[in-house]
Amino acid sequence: MIPSLLGISPAHWAALLAGLKWTVFLSAVGFLAGGLVGFAVALSRISDSLIIRGLAAVYVNLIQGTPLLVLMFVLYFGLPVFGFDMPPLAAACIAMTLFSAAYLGEIWRGCLQSVPRTQWEAADCLALARWERMLLVILPQALRIAVPPTVGFMVQIVKNTSVASVIGMAEMTYIGKLINNATFQPFRIYLIIAGLYFLLCYPLSWLSRRLERKLNVAHR
Amino acid sequence: MDYSFDFSFLWDYWPMLADGLWLTIQLSLMATVAGFLLGIACAVASTSRSRILRGLVGLYVELIRNTPLLVQLFVVYFGLASLGLKFSATTSAVIGLTINIGAYSSEIIRAGIESIHKGQIEAGDCLALSRWQVVAAIVLPTAIEKVYPALASQYVLLMLGTSIASQISAEEMTAAASRIQSDTFRPFEVFLVIAALYLLLSFGMRGLFWAVGQFAFVRRRKLGTTL
Repeated sequence: MIPSLLGISPAHWAALLAGLKWTVFLSAVGFLAGGLVGFAVALSRISDSLIIRGLAAVYVNLIQGTPLLVLMFVLYFGLPVFGFDMPPLAAACIAMTLFSAAYLGEIWRGCLQSVPRTQWEAADCLALARWERMLLVILPQALRIAVPPTVGFMVQIVKNTSVASVIGMAEMTYIGKLINNATFQPFRIYLIIAGLYFLLCYPLSWLSRRLERKLNVAHR
Repeated sequence: MDYSFDFSFLWDYWPMLADGLWLTIQLSLMATVAGFLLGIACAVASTSRSRILRGLVGLYVELIRNTPLLVQLFVVYFGLASLGLKFSATTSAVIGLTINIGAYSSEIIRAGIESIHKGQIEAGDCLALSRWQVVAAIVLPTAIEKVYPALASQYVLLMLGTSIASQISAEEMTAAASRIQSDTFRPFEVFLVIAALYLLLSFGMRGLFWAVGQFAFVRRRKLGTTL
């Protein structure tokens, strides 16, 4: 017989850790897929074409101006009326992707634009093609600036996956609610959940701060 | 795609939506004001000479910034109630949101304080101002002016975050929308409507913060820059 830890039975711990796994999964999807779309958003935001710039700006403003919770509701309850089959997992993944893409896109646009204008001009003077200029000159420099805020935003992604619990995605907060329904120890269970999120997020926060100090050589 | 949009529910349900919108505005306003004051207090405390005070503020800020708002609200509403501290859903939402935004405000304002040139504070000392006079008359106004845009966007994020209070049954706009959609079975339309309302609110807030900034920071307006 395994003794209960922190007043939570082993079976409930197993469920919580399964939930933790889904939280990590959803965060990873949000970051990877969101990063991919977000990179396209960042490039679109500094595009020469007014239409592409405008569309990207509209997208970013739409996502940053509405709550993630409402986005999840629209996808989960809203899209099935058009005949899309939308399980909670799919709705949560799409919502996290759209959400992260808008914020990461804005962060990265800022990083791209903070590469000094002269670097873009120098690349043009060397007759580099647009993609060469971006890939060989701008991106390597922007990357240094982008890493700390990107790691910092990963904390936001992990925390915001908790919102997926409201559409019934069985991540950590959702499992916590279920366990609370069974044991009626909300203070204990939600503090433990908070502690688990803290264990996920704090190393990222710490890393972000450390990287900021380490990579911020140019501005020192 | 033979779906026909039907927004006629608005005719019957707009008072409910309006009540929700009003509570969303109230929650945002209360948490913004209280969180701003809490943030100032914590930011000043985090620059204090006392290690214990600095440590406590650091702990508070890190704990709040590394856990989800949803879980924080659950702890305040369900958790504290189980310990005998019962608050209504709305009160819990205000408490939870304030504690949450206080930590973010503190971190932002602290960055502002740290960016202030030492000479400014020394100049204050030379004018025989007390420590508190230096903080109140020199450090804080300058620090807040510097980080004002960051604070403003954080408060817009807070307004969007009030939607999460629906999960502890505070009857704000998202909760109202959930109730309406379960009555009308028009989820897509209902959530589109409140998404549009949130969008208007966030544009409105940004405009408001801009206007307040123009009014409050004359130097920023005249020079087009901070200091």
